Amino acid sequence: MSNVVDKPLLAVKDLCVSYGKIEALSNANLAVGEGQIVTVIGPNGAGKTTLLSALMGVLPSKGEICLDGKIETSPPIKEMIAQGMSLVPEKRALFATMSVEDNLRLGSFRFHRRPKKEHEASMEEMFALFPRLKERRNQLAATLSGGERQMLALARALMGKPRLLMLDEPSLGLAPLIVREVFRIIAELRRKGVSILLIEQNARAALRVADYAYVLELGHIAMEGPASQLANDPRVIEAYLGSSGKHQEMLST
Amino acid sequence: MNYQIVMLLGQDGVTNGAIYALLALSILLVFTVTRILLIPQGEFVSFAALCMAAMEGGKPLYIGWLLLALSLAALALEAKERYQANGKLQLKGGDFAFTLYSLAACALLATAPLGTAGKPIQALLTLGLIVPLGPLMYRVFFQAIAAGHSLVLLIVSIAVHVALVGIGLLMFGAEGARIQPFSEGSIQLGGANINSQTLWVVAVSLILIVALYFFFEKTLYGKALRATAVNRLGAELVGISPELAGKASFSLAALIGALSGILIAPITTIYFDSGFVISLKGFVGSIIGGLASYPVAAIGALGIGLAEAFSTFWASSYKEVIVFTLILPFLLWRSLAHGGVEEEE
Amino acid sequence: MKPANLSPKTLSILCVGLAIALGPIVLPEYQVSQVNNIGIFALVTLGLILLTGVAGMTSFGQAAFVGISAYTTGYLATSEQLPDWLGWAGASPWAALAIGLLLTLAVATLLGGLTLKLSGHYLPLGTIAWGLSLYYLFGTLEFLGGHTGISGIPPLQLFGLTLDQGYELYYLIWALVLVAVIVTLNLLDSREGRAIRALRGGQLMAESMGVNTYRSKLLAFLVAATFAAIAGWLYAYTQRFVAPAPFSLQSGIDYMFMALIGGVGQVWGALLGAASVTFLKQWLQDLLPHLLGKSGNYESIVFGLLIVWLMQKVPGGIWSWLSPKLPDWKIKKPAAPGAESGEKLVRRPQPQAGEVILDVRKVTRRFGGLVANNDLSLSVKAGEILAVIGPNGAGKSTLFNQLSCVDTPTSGEIHFRGVQVNGRNARQIAGQGLSRTFQHVKLLPTMTVLENVAIGAHLRGECGFISAALRLDRKDEAKLLQEARYQLERVGLGNYLHVEAGSLALGQQRILEIARALCADPCLLLLDEPAAGLRHMEKQALADLLRKLRAEGMAVLLVEHDMDFVMGLVDRVFVMEFGQRIAEGLPEEIQKNPAVLEAYLGGAE
Repeated sequence: MSNVVDKPLLAVKDLCVSYGKIEALSNANLAVGEGQIVTVIGPNGAGKTTLLSALMGVLPSKGEICLDGKIETSPPIKEMIAQGMSLVPEKRALFATMSVEDNLRLGSFRFHRRPKKEHEASMEEMFALFPRLKERRNQLAATLSGGERQMLALARALMGKPRLLMLDEPSLGLAPLIVREVFRIIAELRRKGVSILLIEQNARAALRVADYAYVLELGHIAMEGPASQLANDPRVIEAYLGSSGKHQEMLST
Repeated sequence: MNYQIVMLLGQDGVTNGAIYALLALSILLVFTVTRILLIPQGEFVSFAALCMAAMEGGKPLYIGWLLLALSLAALALEAKERYQANGKLQLKGGDFAFTLYSLAACALLATAPLGTAGKPIQALLTLGLIVPLGPLMYRVFFQAIAAGHSLVLLIVSIAVHVALVGIGLLMFGAEGARIQPFSEGSIQLGGANINSQTLWVVAVSLILIVALYFFFEKTLYGKALRATAVNRLGAELVGISPELAGKASFSLAALIGALSGILIAPITTIYFDSGFVISLKGFVGSIIGGLASYPVAAIGALGIGLAEAFSTFWASSYKEVIVFTLILPFLLWRSLAHGGVEEEE
Repeated sequence: MKPANLSPKTLSILCVGLAIALGPIVLPEYQVSQVNNIGIFALVTLGLILLTGVAGMTSFGQAAFVGISAYTTGYLATSEQLPDWLGWAGASPWAALAIGLLLTLAVATLLGGLTLKLSGHYLPLGTIAWGLSLYYLFGTLEFLGGHTGISGIPPLQLFGLTLDQGYELYYLIWALVLVAVIVTLNLLDSREGRAIRALRGGQLMAESMGVNTYRSKLLAFLVAATFAAIAGWLYAYTQRFVAPAPFSLQSGIDYMFMALIGGVGQVWGALLGAASVTFLKQWLQDLLPHLLGKSGNYESIVFGLLIVWLMQKVPGGIWSWLSPKLPDWKIKKPAAPGAESGEKLVRRPQPQAGEVILDVRKVTRRFGGLVANNDLSLSVKAGEILAVIGPNGAGKSTLFNQLSCVDTPTSGEIHFRGVQVNGRNARQIAGQGLSRTFQHVKLLPTMTVLENVAIGAHLRGECGFISAALRLDRKDEAKLLQEARYQLERVGLGNYLHVEAGSLALGQQRILEIARALCADPCLLLLDEPAAGLRHMEKQALADLLRKLRAEGMAVLLVEHDMDFVMGLVDRVFVMEFGQRIAEGLPEEIQKNPAVLEAYLGGAE
């Protein structure tokens, strides 16, 4: 089975990443179609973050990364940004001692040669999407709450008008109400035509919002399929709650 | 020690202290953005001062050749890296900018009557010759190892300094030089004579500090540099490349160093290796600022200038000893204020 | 001893020793004095190799240390009116050496004490400032002769012999170099040496194994200063003249270059670096002025650029480039000592079965407004495995950090074997019998598996620097290595004792960390995600090991994600979400708990 799409925005073939002698990701194959949400789920240490870092060019990798038909091997981060890839890392990587506005302004740095008006316009768009950020526009990023920081990280990435947004555990450490808000925004972004590659530990929420899903285990893609199908697959549940038969029965009811 | 002497020494201290403060700011800027302790900061100072002196004395200037050599090295590295990445030699027009610029500079230095050009033009020319050394230095020596261990960065920084001191000797010779003051005379202020050279230094320093503040607080590029210092990964992810940040911070360092050199040239006799000791006083300032705080570093550097001036009065020959020993109480303070185990990056 | 039994260390010492003995016979007079200088430089460089290459610290002040000792020697040997209380020292080179050493060590202790607790940049900057300061001081103090220095130092007289010929000094200098090399090699192969080498594996790891990292750094710094001081004493008697220039910061930088060019991680790199820099410098000093048509120190241009190139291309120096080309001596690694020696390390009094080992009472940890742990209470008994589970971001790591005394609770108490321990540091708690592993494996990849594990037994040995240097620590060392070997066999890594730790698979590295923790003779093991990244078989092996330890009475607390691993193994499970306890109980109960299911699979809505 594979993610068959008419127009793959991103197609990855035999991607491998090693830290010294340890291979953290081996021969991963995956695809994201234009306008799709694709999720990668899997236990801790499976290599999910490694996958995103390699795709963004933060880590060197082996294998083909094909963006929009252009094939590259271990592309530099500069190139990936120019191609419209954007990554919101697990730790958010905000500019803590700078204001919300400045964080957003720098989010569109890759368009720094364009007129200022355009930047201000996209900032207003972000404020429309995230009203909480508008209230805090002059506050330092360090003073925001966990949920607001995640919003800011998302908004900063969106300022760069990405074609493919890669999110590393966007619900990490957030209260349930805010997790719901984050997933509402992810769904809304898809409606706006942004393709998303989502890494999540909150498997149920991720599978609900995604079109297609991969399960990563020990650096290998162990399973894949349409998200709705995987959500009911007992083996997915196993990956999260262990393999003894009891919970499978219980969860599938 | 009477009031007159206090005023005189204070003036000296403030003059030198202002320059140390500028250098301290520059060192901090480069360190926070790139993790490099810019030991060659001092060479920008001495090269600028000696450039001014050579122009004034109508002596030949070889610094154009250094510029040209670095530009060619940068060009060669660029070509090599492109070749390794794409398998073919592709250079764009922009890649030749520095080379063309240095060729023009060499031609100008060889033909134009610089000795009679007047101070402002000489100063501008000096800036034009020294500032490009900054980004070129980053490109040639540091770009390839920018992500390396901080110990490697420090050692390369020292090595570049050592090489540049030798090149300084080759270009400017072993004799020291001091140029004519920018203006004669002095003004009376509160019963003391304020030397006009002091006013120059203080005014230019203040203007530069305000300009830097404006740059970092109000402009996108300034903010981009700050962002790199705050969160390197975050900056890289929004498209502020480490190369850009590195070259920009090195350009600023070269600008600040060159201006300091021009300002100090009429005050002190500068030799090819004087820059190091001058910039080290900036380092002491930035250590006082904990390698993090700009205002504390600037005030600390000003304090170093004053301590130096007053120790000249009491124990002239121990001046340097006192200044560099001053670092110890601050290290003690940092050490005591410091808590548990520090985890290196 | 048959040649086959020679360790590579002994063999290399013998080779160099032989080459040295032949030196003056084959070398012309003027080259002997050149080689004498190289010996003095090599001594200083050796200290830097220990400091920079092994311990990861940098000093540009070694030349100043040489200067302190050289000036002390020169002053004591020439001054006509020594103060009365110093008069006895005037005639004796031994006294000069002792006083020079004492002064150098005093200065080094001061400087090290001030900078070694701070992050890496303060030591080099501090030594640069200090190096300049001392240089100016040498040039200013009148009783040291100002810029002209001290001349007319009498020849060295030891045991009634006058050493004033190049080749006589040659043997003294090179004997001392050889002794210094042996001392350094001995040190590196000892308990203290392992602690110094562990500094590069992250200070947190070293501290958690009971290593006082500040003390280890200071020790390396002082040993380097000692070598510099001995070099200064030799310098004064070789040149019979001291002036400020050779002790300037520039010379300090030259020593660093020698270490870098020779190969900063290798003891023999010191000799190689000192020799190549000296010869290259001489050659350049002849060549360059000729080439450039001017005289001056233009060799610094070449050296500067050479170092830049080296750091970019061959950061290991000449030695790292050369050593793969030399015959491989590593195969002849001596067998681990101790299998036959009956003596074992003393174990601490073991707790009774069922004794409460760890008791956490109402622990709360806030970071600013964020409550990462809220009012948590739990306990672990001897012979029990407790798992703390919960989704990412639940606050497990925060809890783990507090239990291992890396972090301190905002409120609440942690009792370990009946003693309140919150507020203590990682090293202290390690000494009381709490051992841990790390979520991201922290080991020294180029050290052998055995040596890595022996770091865990740091607190169970007592031999210090002196006994290590003089090889008086062998009995103690054998016990430590035997313990490390025993623990490795216990966890099933007995076949990998002499393999480089970095070449193990991740699963084996995690097991190695457990062996290292066991070496400390703990009552409680804290394991941070021990199963993450392990393959199925490796997980089973790990579970079997933990069951075995439990049966022997060990208390184990593990933080884990892998439910499958946890459920079949542990006695009790403690589940966290958003810093709170949401459930606690037997694995079967937890598996049925709806709150837990929700936390793990996401809100059901």
